[in-house]
Amino acid sequence: MACIEARGLRKAFGTTIALDGVDLRVEEGHILGLVGPNGAGKTTALHAILGLTPYQGELRVLGRDPWAERDQLMRDVCFIADVAVLPRWIRVSQALDYVAGVHPRFDRAKAEGFLAKTTIRRGSRVRELSKGMVTQLHLALVMAIDARLLVLDEPTLGLDILYRKQFYDSLLNDYFDRNRTIVVATHQVEEVQHVLTDLMFINRGRIVFECSMEELESRYLEVTVHPEKVAAAQALKPIRERQAIGRSILLFDLMTLDKVDHQQLVGLLSGLGDVRTPGIADLFVAVMGNQSVVAQRVVTQGVVSQGAGQ
Amino acid sequence: MSTQSNAISESFQSHSAAPATIPATRVFYWSVRRELWENRSIYVAPLAVAAVALFAFCLSSFVGIWEAPLRLNQAHAQAPFDMAAGLMMLTGIVVSVFYCLDALHGERRDRSILFWKSLPVSDATTVLAKASIPLVILPLLIFAIAVAMHWLMLLISSAVVLASGGSVATLWTNSSFLRTSWLLLYHILTAHALWPAPVYCWLLLVSGWARRATFLWATLPLIAIAGVEQITFHTWHFATLMGGRLVGAAPTVASTSPDMFPTDPMTHIMPGSFLSSPGLWIGLAFAAIFLAAAVRLRRYREPI
Repeated sequence: MACIEARGLRKAFGTTIALDGVDLRVEEGHILGLVGPNGAGKTTALHAILGLTPYQGELRVLGRDPWAERDQLMRDVCFIADVAVLPRWIRVSQALDYVAGVHPRFDRAKAEGFLAKTTIRRGSRVRELSKGMVTQLHLALVMAIDARLLVLDEPTLGLDILYRKQFYDSLLNDYFDRNRTIVVATHQVEEVQHVLTDLMFINRGRIVFECSMEELESRYLEVTVHPEKVAAAQALKPIRERQAIGRSILLFDLMTLDKVDHQQLVGLLSGLGDVRTPGIADLFVAVMGNQSVVAQRVVTQGVVSQGAGQ
Repeated sequence: MSTQSNAISESFQSHSAAPATIPATRVFYWSVRRELWENRSIYVAPLAVAAVALFAFCLSSFVGIWEAPLRLNQAHAQAPFDMAAGLMMLTGIVVSVFYCLDALHGERRDRSILFWKSLPVSDATTVLAKASIPLVILPLLIFAIAVAMHWLMLLISSAVVLASGGSVATLWTNSSFLRTSWLLLYHILTAHALWPAPVYCWLLLVSGWARRATFLWATLPLIAIAGVEQITFHTWHFATLMGGRLVGAAPTVASTSPDMFPTDPMTHIMPGSFLSSPGLWIGLAFAAIFLAAAVRLRRYREPI
């Protein structure tokens, strides 16, 4: 049963086309990462799924039409946009009261339990909390809702690394199970890589790449090539080559090398250097090719931050 | 849609746990609570004005014990009470106008609309909850505070009269508080809720539509229409019509004397003529149109 099913989803703001015929199918129990440069249409796609924006084309979320039935749909769907959407005037206790008052699937005790693990006080207003605490509060509210689909739009933007790690850890350990589905749009791809089950690249309103993480691991390999074997490696036609700290790093798509047996191929590549699964950011650059300057810029940042992390 | 999609929808609903619904009244109740949390001025402003007015009344009463000119004039004993009620109503108008202009604008400005819309609350419930503040909550609040003020002022007057050696009997028999209270309630609900309803609903609509400067968008078109009318026909009908809507020149009382102080027991209230006046129903029809437009608009609205 598909949790989200879209066919020919289109949306234009004036002359700008935000979604250009998106076909999408997200199965129940999956965690989908939606990756793309700024302005690629990620937020528009998520807003269409949440019934926040009208669209053309066919879209069913949990069997409902989101634009026509937003309020009913929201009994089963939760949404966290970037950290700044909780009203700044609301007190923590008021937020709990309100959600308990209007949401039929909210378990207040559960939310209190999550909050007890933080330093957030019941009487504080949101404006008095740090960014990280606001996200913790929002996550506590959302995790206490027995929803079927959770949509996250840059949920950890502007948070420090500890809060970001904690955010995804709680999500995986305390929330996610096989009956729930999560869709997350983010730029911080390295952090979600181990969380995702599926990956989707979106650019200029189109889905340009999609695969499961298992497929990604078996299909793409990144080799840090020994200097003397660079020529041999290049002969195998990598889909991308980059330099890092004086070494050539080549990314291979094993599907394009289908003349050789998979095992043999992995063996062959291992002989050329250190083999590992590529990061999402590198794959993104390779897949996008030199499609646009925007893609280049965004991913260069990703590569730099990844390089710094090593 | 198709039978297939219905089947999908059903299978999803049966899959989920308990039949989870919350009565619409409870959702509405919490939506109104939320408005009061966000806009504390709704009750703080009238209470503050009442406190200041009471303080002034106290001062003038006690000074009146020694200073004859300030002494409560028995012949016009009603005047301060009318003033207090009038002050409350004026406060109510000011608070309502500012509340309405911000109601659907603030949530877009601070992006919290994304949070509110992520909860199972319909746009209609939200907009109606917001409309209920100037149309129901504030009028009742204003009435309650005004009545409480009347009682306190009566007690203060009694204390003053006793202190200056007089008898409170005349003071208490002259003032028919129950009757005055009923008149006040009638006046507030008609002249300050039903009659100006289209104005408040218009302000709500503009606050949901304008990206910025809600006050300008709400008033400038009306001023422009009045100006065009004046230049073209040399009349002020539109301006008079609009002005009369807000400050309660409603045909609630004897139509011969549109009374500013209907708490005067001599006034004959005429609910029949008010309820049968076309102005009321035309206004309410406009109010309903504005509210429906505001509900529809909120569906499309995103943070600004």
